[in-house]
Amino acid sequence: MLTRKLSTAAIVVVLVLALLPLAGSRYAIDLATQVLIYCLFALSLNVLIGYAGDVSFGHAAYFAIGGYACAILLTTYRWPLALALPASLVVAGIAAALIGYFCVRLTQTYFSMLALAFAMLVWGVAFKWKAVTGGDDGFTGILVPRLLDNPTRYFYFTLGSVAVGVALLWMICHSAFGLTLLAIRENTGRAGFIGVDTRKMRWAAFAVAGTFAGLAGALFGMYNRGMYIENAFWTESAQVLIMVLLGGIYSFVGPLIGAAVLYLLQVFTNQFTPYWPMVLGLILLAVVLVLPDGLVGLAKRVSGRASRA
Amino acid sequence: MSTMLKITGLWKSFAGFVAIQDVHFKLDAGETHAVIGPNGAGKTTFFDLITGRLRPDRGAVDFEGTELVGRAPERIVRLGIARSFQRINIYPRLSVFENVQVALIAHAGQHWNLFTPGRSLHHGETADLLRLVSLDEEAREVAGELSYGKQKQLELAIALAAQPRLLLLDEPTAGMSPQETADTIALIRDIVRARGLTLLFTEHDMSVVFGIAERISVLHHGEIIASGTPDAVRNDPEVKRVYLGEHTHV
Amino acid sequence: MTLPVFLTNVFYGLALAMNMFVIASGLSLIWGVLRVINFAHGMFYMFGAYIIFTVTKSWGAPFFVGVLAAGAGLAAIALVIERFLLRRLYDKEHLMQLLFTFAVVLLMSDVAKMIWGTDQYSVGYPPALRGAVALGPTILPQYLVFLCVAGPLIAVTLWILVDRTRWGRIVRAATQDREMLAALGVNVPIVYAVVFMIGSALAGIGGALAAPRIAVAPGMDATVIVECFIIVIIGGLGHLWGGFLGALAFGLVVQFGAIFVPNWQDVMPYVLMLAVLLIRPWGLLGRPELSR
Repeated sequence: MLTRKLSTAAIVVVLVLALLPLAGSRYAIDLATQVLIYCLFALSLNVLIGYAGDVSFGHAAYFAIGGYACAILLTTYRWPLALALPASLVVAGIAAALIGYFCVRLTQTYFSMLALAFAMLVWGVAFKWKAVTGGDDGFTGILVPRLLDNPTRYFYFTLGSVAVGVALLWMICHSAFGLTLLAIRENTGRAGFIGVDTRKMRWAAFAVAGTFAGLAGALFGMYNRGMYIENAFWTESAQVLIMVLLGGIYSFVGPLIGAAVLYLLQVFTNQFTPYWPMVLGLILLAVVLVLPDGLVGLAKRVSGRASRA
Repeated sequence: MSTMLKITGLWKSFAGFVAIQDVHFKLDAGETHAVIGPNGAGKTTFFDLITGRLRPDRGAVDFEGTELVGRAPERIVRLGIARSFQRINIYPRLSVFENVQVALIAHAGQHWNLFTPGRSLHHGETADLLRLVSLDEEAREVAGELSYGKQKQLELAIALAAQPRLLLLDEPTAGMSPQETADTIALIRDIVRARGLTLLFTEHDMSVVFGIAERISVLHHGEIIASGTPDAVRNDPEVKRVYLGEHTHV
Repeated sequence: MTLPVFLTNVFYGLALAMNMFVIASGLSLIWGVLRVINFAHGMFYMFGAYIIFTVTKSWGAPFFVGVLAAGAGLAAIALVIERFLLRRLYDKEHLMQLLFTFAVVLLMSDVAKMIWGTDQYSVGYPPALRGAVALGPTILPQYLVFLCVAGPLIAVTLWILVDRTRWGRIVRAATQDREMLAALGVNVPIVYAVVFMIGSALAGIGGALAAPRIAVAPGMDATVIVECFIIVIIGGLGHLWGGFLGALAFGLVVQFGAIFVPNWQDVMPYVLMLAVLLIRPWGLLGRPELSR
């Protein structure tokens, strides 16, 4: 439910971000665009982890599918953005529905591994289907519409798209559907005993998560002017997973915070040392050993509140 | 009185171990029926077979004319059967309020609603149910942090949210002090009477059983060795042998 | 396709399969007992290759000393990891354990870069196995034949260890009920440590055995871990002979895939995995787990 405090906070954040191009440098605008994209990507994954309780190690697949689909439709087929963007979301959603159908037949670790295996299949196809995807050279030279051919304008476009995505996900996560997903996460067996088809709902959550990841991927591809197979590799899936965990899976905004913190940390670290993987590993170690409910969980414990976001 | 639940020739084995043997059982509408038996007799397995958590090897379970065997648990719930569990089976990180609310949402078939805010649905009904089981003060607390007795009360509320006609309670007073037991039993009796429910429950506490049960069935090694009024069962020689005579236990 | 060509390909496929089996069996063993999917398994494989490189090239030791060193080295690394870090996570959710192993991947990959740099290295075949041997209508490299023999030998050794020894019985009991085992007086932490060490050593040995046939360089771990996953998923998690079967299927599919669908042979293992999962979601020899 949108309380006055929360909607005010959200509007303030959007406004501050909207003012960024006036105050910030080109570098800051670029950075903000990337952070926003990853925030959406992480948020989409949490529909699966924090809400449905299924940990996917292969979420980058839908990011990549959305990105490649949009890129191909724009560049190879010269579709207008107004058609290409929704179409790429549909493609990502269908892929997620297809793959999710098989994944939700399993639970826990088996689910995670199957999701990973499917994601690597997507990677393999992206690799080998050179004619369509560019293979390991990547799909470059994406034709971004002239209207968005400017960092500031693209930033606003991303801000708007991500804001819409976050708002929709907010609605979905706080709906009756979202609450039931939480019940499934907490006690799948019991949820079955109150009359819920848990498998079907987890399937729906998978498709929703994949669709919004596809949106993030499409935004990314256009920003990057290119999609590369690395975007589908399991390390990309692992990175977004760490973002979600770092932020906190038990709150709606956790993934947003985790994505921003991790991405900025990565940019910062890369300026001083090539050993970002090691830093990331240490962060992950910290989360696993002492911060299972992430930064948001830490903040809550510190401030002593008992209720959930 | 009409027959609500009719079980014929029920069998269930686990890797050679026969848990339920050739059970025939009949439950009338509005009846309060207790199933008792030593540990390991198969009481929980019996409940699992009725509610679809387990599939019997052989036999039929008829509920008001509908065959239950082969149906998924979520379908069976929708026919009007709800159960509580021997071991606490709630949603630990959700609040007490949400635990009941989500059950009401699911019962109303609204769980596929992607756009209605969950928080506002069935507010009144949830509050009513919590008041009924004396948990209205703890509504905002995290369910996993409640005391054992209160979690059991929550179990009952969740089961009632499904508006069942047949209520299966698996050891509703297990682990409770004498005072808590008395309170819980009084509550259950009131609810059953007020809503005209049919109650099937398992229990170890004989005072509870002989206090509220109209009929009793005794399960031993997966077989029903006696079934009837409390007096009939109390005086049944086979029952006496099992409970008082040779000490049998798997 | 003539008979000699067919047989040659079968043996090449088998050799690859046996190499993969050595690695994957370690993953399956660790899962079977510790219920942890060791994401770092690919990294252990890579370290095995690096170790045999250092031992044979830099220190001039014979090949098989290198293989042993790889096994011992990984066992030591595994012991340190288990004793000081993994042990704290046994009571936490499986997700946390999984993520921990991924953290190990990240850390070890940079440690490898620090020790060995980013150059590509090569490891030579052992002198005794450099030739070729005639087997019926085909001529095969001796090393490949060695792999085809070593694989089943290791499989049988593992099987005897797990199925026929008292220690093996303890290990199998540990997969069922850890608390019960502790109550019976078994030192469960030691069992876990030993299993983790053996599983990791297998990955190291697999890496050492693979070293002559591939380039030893950063990133060689990336696809191996997924290939191991595919193998154990196909065969059934935790099942030794399932892993063997899965490895066989994998090796042959990749080898013959390269002939029949040349550009797509890397995708064939996934297709195989999907095919198996559609018919038997728990793998060829796996069984659905009762809820834990």
